[in-house]
Amino acid sequence: MISSEFDYRKMSPAVAERFARIRQRPVILSVRDLEKRFGSEEGAHTAFQGVSLDIHRREFICVIGPSGCGKSTFIRIVAGLDEASDGVVLLDGKAVTGPGPDRGMVFQGYTLFPWLTVRANVMFGLQMCGKDKLVAESEAREWLDMVGLTKFEHSYPHELSGGMKQRVAIARALANGPRILIMDEPFAALDAQTRCQMQSYLLQIWKKVDVTILFITHDLEEAAYLADRVLVMGTNPGRVVEFIDNPVPRPRSSAQFLSTEYLALKARLDELIHPPVEVGDEDLLPMVKLTSAGDDVE
Amino acid sequence: MELPRKRRLLLTLLSFLAPLAVWCAVSYVTWLWHPLVHITAQGDVDYFAEDMDVARADFDRELAKTRADGTAPPEGFRVNPVYLPAPHEVARAFYTAFKTPPRMASEPWLHESLGHSIRTIFWGFVLSSLFGVPLGILCGSYRFFSRLQEPFIEFFRYLPAPAFGALCIAILGIDDAPKIAIIVIGTFFQQVLVIGNTVRKVDPALIEAAQTLGASGWQLVRRVIIPASITDIYTDMRILLGWAWTYLIVAEVVGSMSGITYFINQQARYRNFDNVYAAIMMIGIIGFSCDLFLAWLGTGLFPWKRKSRSGSRISFWDRLRPKLIPA
Repeated sequence: MISSEFDYRKMSPAVAERFARIRQRPVILSVRDLEKRFGSEEGAHTAFQGVSLDIHRREFICVIGPSGCGKSTFIRIVAGLDEASDGVVLLDGKAVTGPGPDRGMVFQGYTLFPWLTVRANVMFGLQMCGKDKLVAESEAREWLDMVGLTKFEHSYPHELSGGMKQRVAIARALANGPRILIMDEPFAALDAQTRCQMQSYLLQIWKKVDVTILFITHDLEEAAYLADRVLVMGTNPGRVVEFIDNPVPRPRSSAQFLSTEYLALKARLDELIHPPVEVGDEDLLPMVKLTSAGDDVE
Repeated sequence: MELPRKRRLLLTLLSFLAPLAVWCAVSYVTWLWHPLVHITAQGDVDYFAEDMDVARADFDRELAKTRADGTAPPEGFRVNPVYLPAPHEVARAFYTAFKTPPRMASEPWLHESLGHSIRTIFWGFVLSSLFGVPLGILCGSYRFFSRLQEPFIEFFRYLPAPAFGALCIAILGIDDAPKIAIIVIGTFFQQVLVIGNTVRKVDPALIEAAQTLGASGWQLVRRVIIPASITDIYTDMRILLGWAWTYLIVAEVVGSMSGITYFINQQARYRNFDNVYAAIMMIGIIGFSCDLFLAWLGTGLFPWKRKSRSGSRISFWDRLRPKLIPA
């Protein structure tokens, strides 16, 4: 099936060595036989089942899968916002029972507090954790500096663009010093250009901050560009299909988009997410004529 | 779609001018309505008297009769009924009603009546809000309180406040206390339900975001749910204050009639309908300007609700806020 020159499992020695080093690092997040069912006993619908994985310190994990594979539910359980029907999530060896500041979250919709200024938004978590106001203020300034929004610290969220809002959301989540940063399709609502900028922004931030990232997306290219490892989920029932080591070396750049590793990984992801569908006989469909301009469409 | 500012002002003006124009037309264009004739000279008609208003048909009949008999014809001009004074008369009454001393020494002046009404509504609304707002927020935030309180409140709000008039007097006497109590009964139960609903509409994503930032329990209510819904609660309160005015008129009839309702009734009894209209409009003007003031106050209290902060123009509020709320 897979030609040898486009094998997504083939990686340079440097990359292989890096993965070996990553596996030496301590495990931050450990998921064991996680299962989620919705509904009553008999009419239960299984969102996903049998999800087990280990994520090491400072790894960047992307989760992709077709809609309905339960990827959002999965990370909501990791975040503690939903409860699992079965299995456990261990953070630093301790079972997760509810939401907490050790797992920062960035949502797809903008969830900045509209009544707080940008700086007060970043200070929110610090103050919730009992930090002194002055300390929180100076720490918030540092984080805003890191995401390049110092100029906007006194603005309100509605005065910012979508990309800026998500940068504040990232600063707000990181300010708490979380062990893991969970991101639920954070750039899906942004336009293509801003999304590209945000992706490289995120990689830069991740380089400077000691944090593990669990990133949900439905964009294959985004996953191939950002991730160390890509967790591919499937549907009916939701499950882990494959956990792929990304062969593209770091540091990443758009120059790599034509490299064999990148293309091989993308091809594999595409194959897993979009399995070939039998196309029926097109001639059976009736032709709907809307204009009399002629049939010469091809 | 948002209309341009000039167009908006023009339409606002028009919404007031259109009814006024109808009123002017009916009052000043004689052939439009004017169903009565005001007698200025009795002529030879026995039952006519000067300054008497008779139906036009009667006047015409008597006029025809005197002409046929050759006796002195009555004279008069067409007028509207006394209960529809012309705009200028009501406008004058706005001034004279405040200047005219009451007929009896024991009766209040108009401004005293108005003051009494405003006092009653103020205490009624403050008392109701003192309990209604916190309870509404609790019901909206916690299912426990919602289940515990709302079914009873839902039942109680169907009991019309005026029905408690007699009870309130028996318990609280005949002074202002039962009147305030009626406003509280009329407002409180609606207030809890309306505010509870508003609080429940807070975007759950904001609450989840706060939870992942370490907020829990009471912190969530104080730091997220209340600020997230405070602007909508404020709007609810403005609407509820409007309802409280309705209950005011009911409350003022209970026991000894008082306040603006008393004034209106006295003036109607003396057939000073210009004063009656002036007093009714006074309620509208006070209510409307109070609402406009609160709306203006709101833009100062909730800066994040403003469309955009106009870069160079620093508003009155931007200057005042740092003094009131330390950053």
